[in-house]
Amino acid sequence: MTLSAQEITKLIKKKIPDAIIEVNDIRGDNNHYHAKIISQKFKGLSKLKQHKMVYEAIGSHMGTTLHALMLTTSES
Amino acid sequence: MTNIDKKIDTMIENDDVVLFMKGTPDFPQCGFSANVVGILNYLGINYQSYNVLDDIELREGIKVYSEWPTIPQIYIKKEFIGGCDILKEMLENGEIEDFLKEKNINFKIKT
Repeated sequence: MTLSAQEITKLIKKKIPDAIIEVNDIRGDNNHYHAKIISQKFKGLSKLKQHKMVYEAIGSHMGTTLHALMLTTSES
Repeated sequence: MTNIDKKIDTMIENDDVVLFMKGTPDFPQCGFSANVVGILNYLGINYQSYNVLDDIELREGIKVYSEWPTIPQIYIKKEFIGGCDILKEMLENGEIEDFLKEKNINFKIKT
């Protein structure tokens, strides 16, 4: 079982509705992705907290159905 | 507090810079861990590493302890820094140098 880029986008969108999301399958194996996320919700938060928010959105998929997710987050 | 939490407490207390990784600095078993080793070596920082692949309890325990679902994880002076992406970003924007100075960690960037 793996996650598609669309499913990852959907999970993030659910938690961070205003997010502008770009998910790339960096190895073309449905298992290693790079997600770039822009959201006003990140405003005033450290990178650590921004990434934590994204991990919360991904939930238990991380490390199970999703092996690797590179994150780039910003507020604008 | 569980035993593994206590064990991790001790690990991050014993050394200023602690890296929880897959594999060892000489033989990293994952690209993200390899990147972090590369950055720490580039910065010329002394660090202690723990191979989570040798210890299933640590592998799962550290995720709960840090509330962070992935490995590698870096602690500096008991403060959780994050994983590969954050360290890389801190290196690229120069933040890491200020942070290390603030924490009194010796480093020497390899030129």
